[in-house]
Amino acid sequence: MSFLLHNFVALTFTALVLGAVYGLVALGYTLVYGVLRLINFAHSEVWMWGSFAAVWVMIAVGGGSGKGLTVTIGLLVLAGAAAMIVSGGVALAVERVAYRRLRRVNAPPLIALISAIGASFVLGEIMGLRDQVVGWFGLRDPLNAYVRGARDNTRFANPVESHELLRVGGYGVTNIDVIIIISALLMMVVLDQFIARSRLGRGIRAVAQDSEAAALMGINKDRVVQITFLLGGIMAGGAALLYLMKFGVTRWNAGFILGVKAFTAAVLGGIGNVRGALIGGFVLGLAENYGSALIGTQWKDVVAFLLLVVILLFRPTGLLGESLGRTRA
Amino acid sequence: MSTATAPPAGGRTQPVRTGRLAGLGGRVAALPRPVKLLLIAFLVVFLYLLPLIDPPFIAPSESDFGGVLFNVATYVLVALGLNVVLGYAGLLDLGYVGFYAIGAYTVGVLGSLHGNVPFLLLLPFAAVVTLISGVLLGAPTLRVRGDYLAIVTLGFGEIIRLIAVNWSWVGAASGISDVPKPPSTELFQIPHLAWVGLVASIDLDDTTTFLRFGVLDQVPYYWLALTVILIILLADIALQKSRVGRAWEATREDEDAAELMGVPTFKFKLLAFAIGAFVGGLSGALFATRQAFINPESFQLLLSILFVAAVVVGGAGNRWGVIFGGIIVSYLPELFRPFADFRVLIFGVLLVLLANYRPQGLFPPRRSVRAKELDQRLEELEEGTPSA
Repeated sequence: MSFLLHNFVALTFTALVLGAVYGLVALGYTLVYGVLRLINFAHSEVWMWGSFAAVWVMIAVGGGSGKGLTVTIGLLVLAGAAAMIVSGGVALAVERVAYRRLRRVNAPPLIALISAIGASFVLGEIMGLRDQVVGWFGLRDPLNAYVRGARDNTRFANPVESHELLRVGGYGVTNIDVIIIISALLMMVVLDQFIARSRLGRGIRAVAQDSEAAALMGINKDRVVQITFLLGGIMAGGAALLYLMKFGVTRWNAGFILGVKAFTAAVLGGIGNVRGALIGGFVLGLAENYGSALIGTQWKDVVAFLLLVVILLFRPTGLLGESLGRTRA
Repeated sequence: MSTATAPPAGGRTQPVRTGRLAGLGGRVAALPRPVKLLLIAFLVVFLYLLPLIDPPFIAPSESDFGGVLFNVATYVLVALGLNVVLGYAGLLDLGYVGFYAIGAYTVGVLGSLHGNVPFLLLLPFAAVVTLISGVLLGAPTLRVRGDYLAIVTLGFGEIIRLIAVNWSWVGAASGISDVPKPPSTELFQIPHLAWVGLVASIDLDDTTTFLRFGVLDQVPYYWLALTVILIILLADIALQKSRVGRAWEATREDEDAAELMGVPTFKFKLLAFAIGAFVGGLSGALFATRQAFINPESFQLLLSILFVAAVVVGGAGNRWGVIFGGIIVSYLPELFRPFADFRVLIFGVLLVLLANYRPQGLFPPRRSVRAKELDQRLEELEEGTPSA
């Protein structure tokens, strides 16, 4: 208990940082679930590919800290763009390969889940075997910097050097913490406004509410589903960059635990609810940190899973309710 | 097949898509009862002798065939158990490995770490402990809606593994060694066959002692697992044909309608969950005794997903299909051993292909094929024959 009180501010801040990442990844689950009523099991791999895209771009242009403000910002934008493009592309590919055919034949959700699990294995394994995969094309030596240690942690050459901005209650808030929380909030607001105001966003809400009626009203359902996957992928790409800035490494199977946590966040906030995803992320981060401070860090993941189970039992629609379709028509 | 139920002209009584296989099944079913029993007896004897025969091409050359067969047998057992949950009752359980772990740990903890209970007592006890844990877990969670159940069970499977990692009373990360073995009575030696090309000869140097549960020779463990499978299979057949089986089917197809017809759906779902847990615990216990050493690493979440894949690949709801699925999921990786690195990748590709082109599994239950045809015919009646 005293550990919790002494480190309260530090725990809270790290929880918010982690929660912001959870929330951004959770958006991918929430959007797809809201529109299709399906759990996109492969979304964690979408995030993982984005994180590698950021790492590779930094290797390609020679990233690293201490290059002056303009170059640093340029590098960040570059890494972020690469991560978003790759994540978005992978998300579209998942939709095309694992979901489209099943949607046409109205397959039961269980089959779609199996298909997504298969896609998730494929994406994860390709990354874990990337040294051998490029070997097939005889590119192993030229690409060695990108593919070596395929099963190990891969380090991100972080353009931003961490330094303390201000001290609150014994915890030094770093510039990275601030960047992560603010950019996550920003991305979330932009997405929320996009769905609430734009034409495409209205299409997404219409399909989420009643896909048949929406189709009769002239909405191209396939297009809407593609955009939903794309948006989720872009958010995951952003989350990948933010995660790398804070934690500095990624690996081929890093997506799994993060994916389950992000899904928990989505359910916590009310799956299908865009704003709920962020709140769910923050709540999950806080619960994890406070919980592990109380009963020991090794139980951190147990706290997260127990929270998920408890929420599903007592408030299965989450804190804010499921409402992609119900937000202001 | 009576003429009263014959479909309109042009239709066929045999489902078209399952073609030859359904024909074979029908022909076997039409055989007189004594012939059928003889066939079954022959098959069972063959299965028991399989590790001794060591057939070429089927037996992977690099690994020990008895061990491979035992591994296949545990998967088949798990698939049968999960089939009750997933196939009959339609509950997606992504944390089935949790039950497997509870069974294994019960044997380990009571037989080695904190007790000295003999294995033959532990085996049923582990299954009962797992059954109770299934009830405790199912009672709150089965009220959760369908697709959420998958995630809740996923969480529980992971919680059980994390508890095993962190709780020193059950050995924490270092696990449990010296898991008790079944009692041995060494009666006689049985030689294996040795193959040169397609010519078999009896190899007197390579023998299995009947019945010694040792460390090197895995064949007796396979016999034990096969026996358990046969018992479970008989129980499974009896149960599915009974009122319980029909109640499960009704619950799976339409829970609200079943409830209105007076089926206490929650109780039946809980029953399915508990039975599934029971079988999962059994196979976990078998796994633990063969392995002699268990640690939390043996119960990764990937295993849960492989179990579900076994059931879905084979055809959820059809016990023969599910057995086939269990064999595929555990045996294919052995065949792929030359490309060991790419096993999971190939497996993932197969899962996607299967889900897309064979969504009901390789061997869908006959009833669901019939139901689908009926649906189609109804739709044609309502909307007219699809001409374009």
